[in-house]
Amino acid sequence: MLDLVQEVLKRAGERGATAADAFLLEDQAFSAQVRLGQVDTVKHAREQHLSLRVFVGQSVAAASTSDLSRASVERLVEEAVSLARVTAPDALGGLPEAGELARSIPSLDLHDPTGHDLAPEDKITLARRCEAAALETDPRITNSEGGDFADRQARYAYATSHGFAGEYETSSFSLSASPVASQNGQMQRDGWYHATRKRERLDAPEEIGRTAARRALRRLGARRVKTCEVPVIFDPDMAASLIRHIAGAAAGPSLYRGASFLVGKLGEQIASPAVTLVDDGTVPGALGSRPFDGEGLPVRRTVVVDRGVLTSYLLDTYTGRKLGMASTHHAARDGSGVTVGTTNFYLAAGPTDPRVLVASVKQGLYVTELIGFGVNGVTGDYSRGAVGMWIDNGELAYPVEEITVAGNLLEMFRAIEGVGNDLVFRDRTAAPTVLIGKMVVAGA
Amino acid sequence: MLARPERFFEDRFGLSASALDRLLGSELAGRVDHADLFLEYRISEELVLEEGAVKKASRHVSQGAGIRAQSGERTGYAHTDDLALPNLEEAARQARAIADSASSSAVVAVGGGKPHDLYTLAETPITAALDRKVRLLGQMDAAARAADPRVRQVIASLGSEDVVVLIATPSGWTVGDVRPLTRLNVTVIVEENGKREMGGYGGGGRVPFDFFLEQERWRHYTSEAVRQAVIKLHAVAAPAGELTVVLGPGWPGILLHEAVGHGLEGDFNRKGTSAFSGRLGQKVASDLVTVVDDGTIANRRGSLNVDDEGNVTRRNVLIENGILRGYMQDRLNSRLMGMAATGNGRRESYAHPPMPRMTNTFMLAGQDDPADIIRSVPRGLYAVNFGGGQVDITNGKFVFSASEAYLIEDGQVTKAVKGATLIGNGPDALTRVSRVGHDLKLDEGVGTCGKDGQSVPVGVGMPTTRIDGITVGGTQV
Repeated sequence: MLDLVQEVLKRAGERGATAADAFLLEDQAFSAQVRLGQVDTVKHAREQHLSLRVFVGQSVAAASTSDLSRASVERLVEEAVSLARVTAPDALGGLPEAGELARSIPSLDLHDPTGHDLAPEDKITLARRCEAAALETDPRITNSEGGDFADRQARYAYATSHGFAGEYETSSFSLSASPVASQNGQMQRDGWYHATRKRERLDAPEEIGRTAARRALRRLGARRVKTCEVPVIFDPDMAASLIRHIAGAAAGPSLYRGASFLVGKLGEQIASPAVTLVDDGTVPGALGSRPFDGEGLPVRRTVVVDRGVLTSYLLDTYTGRKLGMASTHHAARDGSGVTVGTTNFYLAAGPTDPRVLVASVKQGLYVTELIGFGVNGVTGDYSRGAVGMWIDNGELAYPVEEITVAGNLLEMFRAIEGVGNDLVFRDRTAAPTVLIGKMVVAGA
Repeated sequence: MLARPERFFEDRFGLSASALDRLLGSELAGRVDHADLFLEYRISEELVLEEGAVKKASRHVSQGAGIRAQSGERTGYAHTDDLALPNLEEAARQARAIADSASSSAVVAVGGGKPHDLYTLAETPITAALDRKVRLLGQMDAAARAADPRVRQVIASLGSEDVVVLIATPSGWTVGDVRPLTRLNVTVIVEENGKREMGGYGGGGRVPFDFFLEQERWRHYTSEAVRQAVIKLHAVAAPAGELTVVLGPGWPGILLHEAVGHGLEGDFNRKGTSAFSGRLGQKVASDLVTVVDDGTIANRRGSLNVDDEGNVTRRNVLIENGILRGYMQDRLNSRLMGMAATGNGRRESYAHPPMPRMTNTFMLAGQDDPADIIRSVPRGLYAVNFGGGQVDITNGKFVFSASEAYLIEDGQVTKAVKGATLIGNGPDALTRVSRVGHDLKLDEGVGTCGKDGQSVPVGVGMPTTRIDGITVGGTQV
């Protein structure tokens, strides 16, 4: 694979590129969906994708193709170089300094060579067991959007014209169920999932299915509440959604454009002292790990917020230069060039049992699902639709829906009064349960 | 880009009609309920201006084939980005193996009909000269900065694509389509006394590049982006709680997309997981409400000559004077529900199997003067621009987020309020529609709808509409 990538770089140089980098992604994916015990949809896919970025002097352009024929690769190079001739020069563009490149490529155990060997029928069986467990949990589970198994293996090769060349393989496996519960004419859907890099580490299908069923069942009888201002607890998955907004605001592209509520806040207290946010791409076997970033820089562990103080932004080479800082090695690639992305990003666990957090709330909301896009990244203003449980005298009393939670992300993070001890890495971004002192809940 | 999709795949990849017939015939015919082959070739281009110059440009080519075999409720789907015939044969074998079952009925007859001709262009947007595009983005930057001294940052982007598709079935029926699409967007950041805000606007469709120059549309997009950003600088906290809401015309039609549109897609109704399941013929909205999904409007972003299963698109009435009339169907769900396909089978690309999806979804105009509608509200919210929305199909709860909204006090539009999410219940929200304006407007052509990980371009539209009671997710208690 690297041969093709380096061949492309060589041709780009011959066509007039003064610097270039390129990657090749090869992907094989399978997914099976079972619904009410019957196979619903099974997908097989093979994909490949060659992406080239060229610099001509201080101008840059990118091109990509899924057609790896000789003629097509030739066209790719031509198009990238000719596009770079129409873009404006930017003195801060360019590849990272050669001295910053990763010198060795750590083995992070991201591939599961035997995990993909499972026959399609066996993969379908996993999905079927997962859904069946959900359906059997309770007679009120009356329908289903299905059980899903998916696996994917990918090979990624990246090289630059100034000497970096690296490649790695990854695997991922996921299993989920989406049952529908009904009672008194009301229907409620919920779901549960697990995703890993090793098939053996997937939670048992029955466990995922039963959890999905419990989540759907506890929503039955949901009602609205009156508009009020109360403490709000975010369950771990929803707390993870909150820290994703912080990652977005701490990312270089939003910062240098002035489109972030964290502009100029480096070194300041932006959250309660209970909050420590870490991005760590070096964790072996983790879903967000990678041996080098999208520009060939070594990945590392970065403390983004240390006990409430913003200690680092998330930067690639270009946005670092724009801000007069060094890259934090968070470059990610898409077909259009370089972006910034997190690796394994998490809110460090706190000292408190989540049940104690709930017990500490007299009247409040426990959020289990958020919908909509009501987040303003420039101001931090936050307003989203919510589903959850009403907390009455420290107990999860009854399900609620058709309500919103609103505030401002900076104020919300400053108002975090409790962080649970229940951090589990179920996804690339993870958080424990979080208690926010006060938010506005709008309802009836 | 070219005249005939049939020739395109033959010239480029040697995939002649007879080769496709053999492929589908030998591998799939007679053994499954339905099978089809979807060939796609896509070229796309994006130019981005920021800090006064186009510093980012990219061009992408993707091609591939998706082969689908269906048997009963089962779907086998295989796709490959290598269009060589042996690869397609292998994909066909995999798709069939998945869908194979003992009970196999006859292949369903294809509801052909003559495809529309909604967007044949003399020059597709991607083929327009690059320097003209670069110049336009520069003009937008200058116009935005000239419009207001508080403008700090201007990001303007122009995306264009040409997609050629060819759909073939074992009954020997082949249909192709060439689909141009373009979109021009501008985002501005304004700053005043250390406070920053953002505004954005854009438009497009299956139109040539010159569309943006006609009537100086680009200038309208730019001034709208600046106006919205500046208004937000002085916005007060939005109210929290249930309020009467007046929606402005055009893009607020996203209400329909979320509140009823998704819930009326055939797949959820066949499975019985939609809040609208089993409610055909029932009253689901006020008498004033008629909602249609129309894939046949010339040059619109959500329009298609044929859907991605080869069915000719149509104008489908979903709700007529408040009564639920029909669902949007793809081939699988229409067959299983014993209903007609409606031309709503769509997919993001060859890498995805089709699903029932919306095209251009809007509410028909009513009788009222928009100004009278606002005057009729003693206290409420007037919401004219929105970000995205989302819906939980099963319990019917939907949200959409206002990005430009004002208080209505004693029948007058007063203070601008900050962005807020509105939340309602789909089967109930439209029963609360009490006034509908005569000012139906379709959106500018920027909508993208996501479902099950697949994105497709769509349109929405709406006249000024009063809804008596929807929850506004502000912070002012």
